[in-house]
Amino acid sequence: MTEFTSGTLTGKNLHLSFGHNHVLRGIDLHVEKGTTASVIGPSGSGKSTLLRVMNRLIEPDQGDILLDGRSVLKDNPDELRQRIGMVFQQFNLFPHKTVVDNVSLALRKLRKLPKDQAHAEALEQLDLVGLKHKADARPANLSGGQQQRVAIARALAMKPEVMFFDEATSALDPELVKGVLGLMADLAKGGMTMVVVTHEMGFSRNVSDTVTFMDAGVVVESGPPEQVFSAPETDRLKGFLSDVL
Amino acid sequence: MDALEQLIKTFFDWEAMGAVLPSMLTVGLPNTLTLAFSSGLLGCILGMLLAVMGISRNPVLRWLSRIYTDVFRGVPAIVTILLIGIGLGPIVRQLTGSTNPFPLGILALTLMAAAYIGEIFRSGIQSVEKGQLEASRALGFGYSSSMRLVVIPQGIRRVLPALVNQFISLIKDSSLIYLLGLLSSQREIFRIGNDAAANSGNLSPLIAAAALYLVLTVPLTHLVNFIDNRLRTGKPEKREPDELAAPIGKKA
Repeated sequence: MTEFTSGTLTGKNLHLSFGHNHVLRGIDLHVEKGTTASVIGPSGSGKSTLLRVMNRLIEPDQGDILLDGRSVLKDNPDELRQRIGMVFQQFNLFPHKTVVDNVSLALRKLRKLPKDQAHAEALEQLDLVGLKHKADARPANLSGGQQQRVAIARALAMKPEVMFFDEATSALDPELVKGVLGLMADLAKGGMTMVVVTHEMGFSRNVSDTVTFMDAGVVVESGPPEQVFSAPETDRLKGFLSDVL
Repeated sequence: MDALEQLIKTFFDWEAMGAVLPSMLTVGLPNTLTLAFSSGLLGCILGMLLAVMGISRNPVLRWLSRIYTDVFRGVPAIVTILLIGIGLGPIVRQLTGSTNPFPLGILALTLMAAAYIGEIFRSGIQSVEKGQLEASRALGFGYSSSMRLVVIPQGIRRVLPALVNQFISLIKDSSLIYLLGLLSSQREIFRIGNDAAANSGNLSPLIAAAALYLVLTVPLTHLVNFIDNRLRTGKPEKREPDELAAPIGKKA
């Protein structure tokens, strides 16, 4: 894997409500440069919402977001999101564009690269995820695992400082999960700063540097994986682990 | 057998049809197509504007789009054409000195088509999964670029069949422009048939007009089916080189 110019991401006391539904109730999350933080917890605990708040797809009601120590809440949110790549559970590739155009679109339109150069860089990214030979295919003709790898290439093409993964393997057939998790582990080893919302406890335990357990919009426990998985302190985490392991 | 003969003579007088056909093809057909194409194109542009306004976060824009659509969809075509054509006619004549009813006819057809096309576009755009907008925003595109590059192109594809249907009805509705009074060179297919029928007391020219409308619209309805099918099943996949090689290998 190539070197990344990754950054340090911090969320401080993040709050968000949808009407009376208080989804995030003061979340703190710190991801040191080049490390991987996984976020686990039952569904509806606010994990995916947390990701969307931290790249300002949803603006927080309260709190602060810092990238390399500087608050980004006053920045143009579109520019912030160019610095944070995101991978979704449902891949969300653009079905009307070829695989390579999916990857090169933002390079051409946002980075303003000439067409040839954007195409060449996109092919390079596809090569990294092992799908250069599918460059001219349509996303619909790819397997779920291949689509997700293209989605990762699409996000990486923008040279992000941080990568978000929102249950990136939950929609995949079991035999395809491994390839995507392997790619994510490679990125982590390559020094990418990553926030990984996941139900894959094996990945969380073996690849991430810190694990954060969320429930009902609060961080219940967090720490290095050994501590969180082997010595859970709270009943809520103990209960969750016994449900999923 | 008199009645049957009478019937055949009234509707299928080949001579009367043959007499009207040249002017129908050289004058009527181009005029009908001009009316339908220009109002179809302009209707698409205005319709897209209405669709984007209709899903805007700004409630004033949403309401404007809603009211426009309700009015122009709810009023009979004949009323709109008369109101626009005859109502605005004198003003246009004063301003430009032109008495050509085509511009106002096209305007009236456009205003009506836009109301329908706007709804077609809006339903298409709204049928695109939310994740598409989200993925585009997450890459760093703003709302309008995301709509323009990602969401709207997908929405349009989904409603192409409905759009062709709308175009078919424009071809037919364009005949209503005869209400505005046409010079002989401005007549479209229906008017030419109708004039010939009125002069001869024989309905065969109208049958010829009907046949010509069918020649225009039937291929379009089949185009709809083709597009619909293609969109459902996708383009036939290009075969991989080794798959192509296999049958050749067998023969050798």
